[in-house]
Amino acid sequence: MTKLTKKEVLHVAKLSNLTLTDAEIKKFTPQLSKIVGFVGQLSEVDTNSVEPTNQTTGLTNVFREDKVISENILTQGQALSGTDNTYNGLFKVPAVLENRT
Amino acid sequence: MNTPLTIKETQDGLKQKKFSAVELVDAYLAQIKKYNKEYNIFLTVTEDLAYAKAKELDKIGKFDEPLSGVTIAYKDIFLTKDIRTTAGSKILESYVPVYSATSVKKIENAGAIPIGKLNCDAFAHGSSGENSDFGATLNPWDKDYIPGGSSSGSGAVLSANMSLISTGTDTCGSIRLPANYNYLVSLKPTYGAVSRYGVIAMASSLDTVGPLARTIEDVETIFNVIKGEDGFDGTVVNKKGDESKKSKFKIGIPREFFIEGLDSEIEKNIQEVINVYKKENVEFVDVSLPSTKYGISVYYIIQPAEVSSNLGRFDGIRYGNDRDFLGEEAKRRIMLGSYVLSAGFYDSYYDKAMRVRSKIISEVDQVFMKDEVDALIAPVAPTPPFKLGEKINDPLSMYLTDVYAATANLCGIPSLALPSGFTKNNLPLGFQLMGPRFSEHQLFELGKLYHKEIDYKPKTAF
Repeated sequence: MTKLTKKEVLHVAKLSNLTLTDAEIKKFTPQLSKIVGFVGQLSEVDTNSVEPTNQTTGLTNVFREDKVISENILTQGQALSGTDNTYNGLFKVPAVLENRT
Repeated sequence: MNTPLTIKETQDGLKQKKFSAVELVDAYLAQIKKYNKEYNIFLTVTEDLAYAKAKELDKIGKFDEPLSGVTIAYKDIFLTKDIRTTAGSKILESYVPVYSATSVKKIENAGAIPIGKLNCDAFAHGSSGENSDFGATLNPWDKDYIPGGSSSGSGAVLSANMSLISTGTDTCGSIRLPANYNYLVSLKPTYGAVSRYGVIAMASSLDTVGPLARTIEDVETIFNVIKGEDGFDGTVVNKKGDESKKSKFKIGIPREFFIEGLDSEIEKNIQEVINVYKKENVEFVDVSLPSTKYGISVYYIIQPAEVSSNLGRFDGIRYGNDRDFLGEEAKRRIMLGSYVLSAGFYDSYYDKAMRVRSKIISEVDQVFMKDEVDALIAPVAPTPPFKLGEKINDPLSMYLTDVYAATANLCGIPSLALPSGFTKNNLPLGFQLMGPRFSEHQLFELGKLYHKEIDYKPKTAF
């Protein structure tokens, strides 16, 4: 039976951009272990001679002409309408660079 | 008034002026006012919009478009311009889209009256409706039971007679389960038959958009309205399947689907369905799909992996609240996805699942090609509707509800789910017919053959 450690759960939460409460860590750790353990049954299947599938109808590289479709263009106001957190008509985002000291 | 239960009755009544479109809206809204609080089916009711559209239709008085005068409610995962769209999640509690989904546009251009947005498991993560951040929807046939998910409101809205038709999304049974648990007909179309533009993505290699209604004819009408390329979903193709008139059908019975764990009432009911078909000269053959037993494991690797990527966009910067507003199930699936994709685990989980997926696809394709079956018959779920709360603390047991749904999504094939009776406790029973890619026409024909033979009549819970 696969068992995820608290450290692994915290690592996965970090990769997922999630902040977990202690109660969530306690709840998710055994649940995730159980699910990962269950899906791990796939290791018994011989898949040496098969290729992976990620598209079921056989399409590859679908293109369309790169042209402006005016009805699909959002105004600046529409594009910003989902948030109050704007500055001078732009989205405000958390800082990615820190001040040099 | 007693609202009509099919598109034809609705349009005949409107044309013959037995009732007006406004009177239809009055009747549905009265039903919503009476029951919605208790059953928690609508998240948003668009009363003004419905009346505006109904008045416009009454004024023109023609009702000659495919969905003229037809009242529609959308799963709240379909973007609707200027109408709040939550995906059943508190992270989008006050999100108002600036454009509509292609399917929404097509349905409304065909004359439909939009009456509101329906409750669902948050981000379509669930089989029971209980994962909605806005509370569970109750099953109108018996309110102690779940209505099926994730399109929980889409099923309940029709059995509660609050709308004529509805839309849903099916990534692993999310259209078929609620249809099955509410005595409805539904279609999970071929992957790539219907555009998903403007539908909040869950798992992009599996997601499909489809209709729920009370008859096969109505589901077919809606499918014909929403299908086809729009230029905004690269997976959609205008492919026509075999539409020839068949003199004889052949159906495969996958032996792996009728094993221990399947509820005895469901098994008996499907045997009766088979007997009805046999009387109609349909041939049955036993077929074997040995790898489908891994379907649910494949699904619960591929789907969370794609979820973890698709839900990355919900960072609270451009729209919605921050990630702390994600519900438990969304967090669980995102983490599961990050885990199976992370360094050291990718090959043994994600890559492995994509390879087993290939095995399942090749077995299913072989059965359609070599055994020359037109369809596969299967249960929709292993049990009839279960009680609220029964599986909510054990995510794995909830996931296993999807065991019969997974094959169609993993293979990208269409599946028609249709009602076939009731349990001794008066809960709906049904079954599904899966066909080769783009074989929707033949599935509709096969479904109609059965419903004609049993003299099927649409029913609502109240």
